[in-house]
Amino acid sequence: MSASPPRSLVRLATAGSVDDGKSTLVGRLLHDSKSVLTDQLDAVERVSRERGLGHVDLALLTDGLRAEREQGITIDVAYRYFATATRTFILADCPGHVQYTRNTVTGSSTADVLVLLVDARKGGLEQTRRHLAVAALLRVPQVIVAINKIDLVDYDEQRYLAVAGELAGIAADLGLGSLVTLPVSALVGDNIVERSTRTPWYDGPSLLELLENLEVASVEEGFRFGVQLTLRPQSAALDPRHDEYRGYGGIVASGRVRVGDKIVVLPEGVHSRIAGIDLAGASLEESVAGQSVSLRLTDEVDLARGALISSVADAPTPTQDVDAMVCWLAERPLRTSARVLLKHSTRTVQGVVRELRGRLDLDAMAPVATDTLELNDIGRIRLRLAAPILAEDYTTSRTGGAFLLIDPQTGQTLAAGMVRGHQAFGDSFDDSQSWSI
Amino acid sequence: MTTLTHLDILEAEGIHIIREAVAELERPVLLFSGGKDSVVMLHLAAKAFWPGRLPFPLLHVDTGHNFPEVLAYRDAVVERLGLRLVVARVQDYIDDGRLLERTDGTRNPLQTQPLLDAIADHRFDAVFGGGRRDEEKARAKERVVSLRDEFGQWDPRNQRPELWNLYNPRHRPGEHVRVFPLSNWTELDVWHYIAREQIDLPGLYYAHDRDVFLRDGMWLAVSEVSPPRPTERVETRRVRYRTVGDMSCTGAVESEASSVEDVLIEVAATRVTERGATRADDRITEAAMEDRKKEGYF
Repeated sequence: MSASPPRSLVRLATAGSVDDGKSTLVGRLLHDSKSVLTDQLDAVERVSRERGLGHVDLALLTDGLRAEREQGITIDVAYRYFATATRTFILADCPGHVQYTRNTVTGSSTADVLVLLVDARKGGLEQTRRHLAVAALLRVPQVIVAINKIDLVDYDEQRYLAVAGELAGIAADLGLGSLVTLPVSALVGDNIVERSTRTPWYDGPSLLELLENLEVASVEEGFRFGVQLTLRPQSAALDPRHDEYRGYGGIVASGRVRVGDKIVVLPEGVHSRIAGIDLAGASLEESVAGQSVSLRLTDEVDLARGALISSVADAPTPTQDVDAMVCWLAERPLRTSARVLLKHSTRTVQGVVRELRGRLDLDAMAPVATDTLELNDIGRIRLRLAAPILAEDYTTSRTGGAFLLIDPQTGQTLAAGMVRGHQAFGDSFDDSQSWSI
Repeated sequence: MTTLTHLDILEAEGIHIIREAVAELERPVLLFSGGKDSVVMLHLAAKAFWPGRLPFPLLHVDTGHNFPEVLAYRDAVVERLGLRLVVARVQDYIDDGRLLERTDGTRNPLQTQPLLDAIADHRFDAVFGGGRRDEEKARAKERVVSLRDEFGQWDPRNQRPELWNLYNPRHRPGEHVRVFPLSNWTELDVWHYIAREQIDLPGLYYAHDRDVFLRDGMWLAVSEVSPPRPTERVETRRVRYRTVGDMSCTGAVESEASSVEDVLIEVAATRVTERGATRADDRITEAAMEDRKKEGYF
C-alpha cells in the first residue's frame, strides 16, 4: 500500500434517468475501487437483508438521508470520494428523480467529466437528451455515456450499437464535442473496474480506466484573479517585519502569472506589475489556475474586494449589460423587471431583469416565447446592472462567464447564469438562428 | 511549469472558502476542538490571512468529558497564535439545570444547545466547521456553505444549490451559515496534509500505552467520566485515537503507529471508517448524524 498522495484530482458528475441504476453504479465504483470500508458494507448488507432483498443493494451506500432511504430514491446531490493509484476523484452524484435539472446543473458546474447512465433496454429517453443538453450548456469538457444493464439484453452487440448510435446523433445535434460510450452492468460489475469477458465485441477500456486516463489539462486562458480581500496586517502582523505588508488575496481563476508580469486592475483600468506572489510565507515565481495566493503589485493601487487583476492583452471589458442563459432554481418564477443581486467572481452587484427573451425547450432544442421562467427552466435573459462586472463569454471561459442570481430579500440562490457575451444596451441581438446553447 | 497535486488543490479550495466567508460576513468564528480536522482547518485559516493574525476567534464547546491532553494542546495553540478563545461549557448547563445528564452518561448530544447559545450570544454569522463529506452519509449531502435557521436547524431537503465556486452565504437576521472548508477532504487527505505540512497534533493520535477496557467492541480509556463497570477488565494496551471526542464515547484502536508516516500507512490499509471504529454516538441509529445535524449539531 502506497502512502504517497495520488497525482491529480478529477471532478466527476454522474447523472441518469430514474431507475437507470446510477446509485448502483456509484456504489459499484466505490466498492470495486475499495473505497467502501467494511463497516459501511456491513450496514448495507444488514439493511438489504432486513428488506428481504436477494442481493446487496449498493444504492444504499449513497442514499444518505432518511427520506431517501424510506422512499428508495435519491433527492439531493451527494458527494463521494475515491482514489486509485494515480488519481483522486470527487464524485457529485446527481439524482434523476425530483429536480433533476437543478441537480445536474449543480453537479455539472464543477465537473471535468460527466458520466451519464442509459438503460440499454430503453435507449436515449427524453431525460437523457435533457441531461446531455445541460452538459453542453454547462460546457462539461468530457461526457461518457455508460450503456447500463447490458446483462439484461443478453450482452447483445447489436442492441448496444443501436443505442450508442442514437446517442451519438443527439450529441451531434447538441454540438457536444467528445462523447464516449461503453457497455456496462453496474449490478454485475461488467466493464466498471475490470474489462468484462461477457462483452468480447467491445475492446475498449473499462469505465475506471477511462476515468484514470482522461485528459484534464486546462485550456490555456488569459490570467484572471478576482480579489477576495486585501491583506494589510499593519499592527496585527505576526512578525513586525510585515507591518507594511500589502497584498491581495484570491484564487487564480484562469491562466498563469509570473513575478514581473504586466497586469491591469479592473474595472479601474490601472496598469501595474506583479512584485511578488506569496503562499503563506513561501515566495513563488509563478502561480497557476486553482492556486490561492496573495499578490503584491509594484505600484500602490487603491483596490479592494471585487477588483479583477487580469493579463493586459485579453482583458475583459467592464459591462453593465449582460445577455445570459440562466437555469432558474427557485420555486418563485422569474418575471421581467425582477430585482436581483448578481454574484460574478468576487463582485456582487444589484441588477434588474430587463427582458426575458424566452425559454429553451430541451426536447426540441429551440427557444419558446414565455412570460415567466419556472423552477428548472432554462432561459435567456437580459440584465441591467447597477455597477459593472468583468464578465466573459461562458463558452470561452467557464470561470469568467459564470454567475449566480440571488434574491436580495431572502438571500436565496435564484439562478445559475452563463454569460453569452455582452453588448451595449439597446444593441440588437442575433436572432437569426437557434440561440439554444 | 507549476503542476498542482491534489493536496495543493484541496488546500487552495479551503483557503478560498475561508477568505470568501470572511469577506462577505461580519462575525465569523472557527470551531476548534483540538481534533485533527479542526487543527488542519485552523492551519488553512492561518495561511489564508498570512502575514496577519486570524481576524476571528475560536469557539470550543467543552463537554467536560474532554481528554485533558487535548485541552492543554488547545490552550497552547491559542497562546502561540495569539488568538481569542470562546468556550461554551456543557457543565454549566448541567449545573444550573438547563440540561440533564443522559442516562448513558454521554455528553456528545448535549453540545448542541451550548453551541447555538454561544452563536446567538456572540452574534456569530459564519461558523467554520471541520466536517468532511466522506465522514458519514448525511454529511455527504452537506453544502460547503450551509444555511441554519434561527433555531440553528439544518433543512437537508431544502438546501441552496451550490454552483461553480461561487458561494452564497447571505442570510436573514438571526440565521447563520456553517462553512466547511474541508468538505472535499478524506481522512487520508487530512493525514497526508498533516505529514506534508508537519502539523503538530495532540499526542493521543499516535500510539501510546493506556489503561483501557472493552465496551461494545471499543477500547475506552479509564477515566473519571468513563469508569469501567465491575465486569469490565482493565488492561494496558498500545493504542491510538483516530478521532478525538468525549472520553466517554470515543474508542481507541490498537496501534503501533507512533509517527505520522506510520499512521498514513495504517489509515491507507484500514477497512473500517473512523466513525464506525471509534464513535459510539454514531452507532445509535442509521440516521443518528442526520438527526443531530438537523437540530443544529456541528
